[in-house]
Amino acid sequence: MATITLDTVRKVYAGDVEAVKGVSIDIADSEFIVLVGPSGCGKSTLLRMIAGLEDITTGEIKIGDRLVNKVDPADRDIAMVFQNYALYPHMSVYNNLAYGLKNRGMAKEEIDRRVKEAARILEIGDYLERRPRALSGGQRQRVAMGRAIVREPAAFLFDEPLSNLDAKLRVQMRVEIKRLQQSLGTTSVYVTHDQLEAMTLADRLVVLNGGNIEQIGAPIEVYDKPASTFVASFIGSPAMNLLNVKADGDGLSLENGAGLSGSNAKGKDSYIVGIRPEHLQVVDGPSSGDGVNLEVSVDVLEPVGAESFVYASFPDGGPEIVVRVSSHARHEPGEKMHLHADAKDVHFFDSSTGRRID
Amino acid sequence: MYKLKISDHLILLTGVFFMVAPVVLTFMTSTHDAIAIYKGGVQFLPGDKFLENYETVLFQAGGFTQEVNGFVMLKNSMILGFGFAIGKIVISMLAAYAIVYFRFPFASVCFWIIFATLLLPLEVRILPSYEIVQSLGMVNTYSGLIVPLIASATGTFFFRQFFMSVPDELLEAARIDGAGPWKFFKDILVPLSKTMIAAIFIIMFVFGWNQYLWPTLITTDESLFTLVRGIKQILQVWVGAQIPAFNEAMALAILAMLPPVLIVVIFQSWFVKGLVESDK
Repeated sequence: MATITLDTVRKVYAGDVEAVKGVSIDIADSEFIVLVGPSGCGKSTLLRMIAGLEDITTGEIKIGDRLVNKVDPADRDIAMVFQNYALYPHMSVYNNLAYGLKNRGMAKEEIDRRVKEAARILEIGDYLERRPRALSGGQRQRVAMGRAIVREPAAFLFDEPLSNLDAKLRVQMRVEIKRLQQSLGTTSVYVTHDQLEAMTLADRLVVLNGGNIEQIGAPIEVYDKPASTFVASFIGSPAMNLLNVKADGDGLSLENGAGLSGSNAKGKDSYIVGIRPEHLQVVDGPSSGDGVNLEVSVDVLEPVGAESFVYASFPDGGPEIVVRVSSHARHEPGEKMHLHADAKDVHFFDSSTGRRID
Repeated sequence: MYKLKISDHLILLTGVFFMVAPVVLTFMTSTHDAIAIYKGGVQFLPGDKFLENYETVLFQAGGFTQEVNGFVMLKNSMILGFGFAIGKIVISMLAAYAIVYFRFPFASVCFWIIFATLLLPLEVRILPSYEIVQSLGMVNTYSGLIVPLIASATGTFFFRQFFMSVPDELLEAARIDGAGPWKFFKDILVPLSKTMIAAIFIIMFVFGWNQYLWPTLITTDESLFTLVRGIKQILQVWVGAQIPAFNEAMALAILAMLPPVLIVVIFQSWFVKGLVESDK
């Protein structure tokens, strides 16, 4: 168990491609950190640099108090779970778990004890003599986790470990990973592009975009106060509605002049305004309450069970609006709809930089 | 489903006939005595000299020096076949390992140079090769017979393709598990390549077994003769008015055919397994 410190870490590939542009993160002992972002944002590269599988171009990585920039992956006291599990196909499950320990010259009895213990925790005791080929995806995933656990490392590194599983199993394993990490208390860094996975697992989220950190914070903090339009649209599903608006004296109006009213509280000429789908309320008639008022027409109703989403648009074009409504609400395509969002639920972003304005 | 037509069977039967008929003829002829063959040519029916002929070629010393018999030649061919196949597998696996997993300058140039040697078969470089082996004093030794032949572009190419299909994560997992380059090769890559090794072994064993030109050049000592070259030797010993021992030559040819056939039959299940089930 240890802290992990990243200090302005950069990664430049041949041909001057900068994959990671000076990232600093302090990861506390026992913390579960999730690196999240779209593909190509540098999250996997960052994880692989912590693992020692990629060289660090500049900057420092410390595990505990030890600078590990030049330390071999095997000597970093970390264990990694790969997306495709990377189990040794020709070895039994037992040997898959034991291989790393054998290489370290551990006594046979101790190896046996640890493998049995990990098998018990992960409930894979029945398959110890099988080959990975004879296991289902979920079982392979458990073996991959087991290979990390037996090492009793200072940190677990997860590289999109659930993306090869089907949806149901993914939810199940997600809960299990969380439970396991809580009971073992091992510092963990987890990479995913799935914002739901990120939200549910993380103690703290690191949202990455184009090799830069967009925001670090607890999941709910990131959700409630996204630091930029990128974070706003990436975290939350369906994504936050983002509207380009112009200040119109004290009021606001949509860029094409239609269907929006609200007050210009921040004193700038133009903004990007963000409203989450669940913060838009359907109201009976034109509302003039404090906040943002929209008039849209319904395109599609998408029931998902516990709730439904209405996809709507402005009469004369402009961005699509998503609204969460109760699962039993009835809305016909083409129907006019008046929406209201309270001022406290409206996010303002700088229209040129996309950064949050508070 | 496709229905087999008579024409399909005809094509197949013609193919089978052209492949099997010469072998059958050789075998039938090998069971007659030399006089019958000299009088009547190749024989279509079995004769009564089967045991006699095979006993003669296997155990009776023959040749110019009267020192070598079929059994010794069989042994020599085995040594050549196994040495050739195993040597090629070891060398080409190591070469492919270096090319795929180690970043050294001009790695791909090295690979293409190795690959280009496919264009230069032994026959093209046979004189310089002989000169080198000769000046190293390796003429008439097993190592002289085998070592100059074991570099293999084909093997290197096949292993390279196979290694490149092994997922990188396996190497990374092994690195994190504390396996160095040698351990990774020994514990993971070699076991994964089992079926590939078996396939290449079959091909190379047969290829080595059938070598003719190089053994002819490098072994002048009859006790090092291989079967394939020994067949010719039998026909060469024409003393006086003696009738050439076609029967013995045919028997030896049959004997020379057997081991490669056996190897293919034994390893066939491996070969198929390797193609059918993916272990990666």
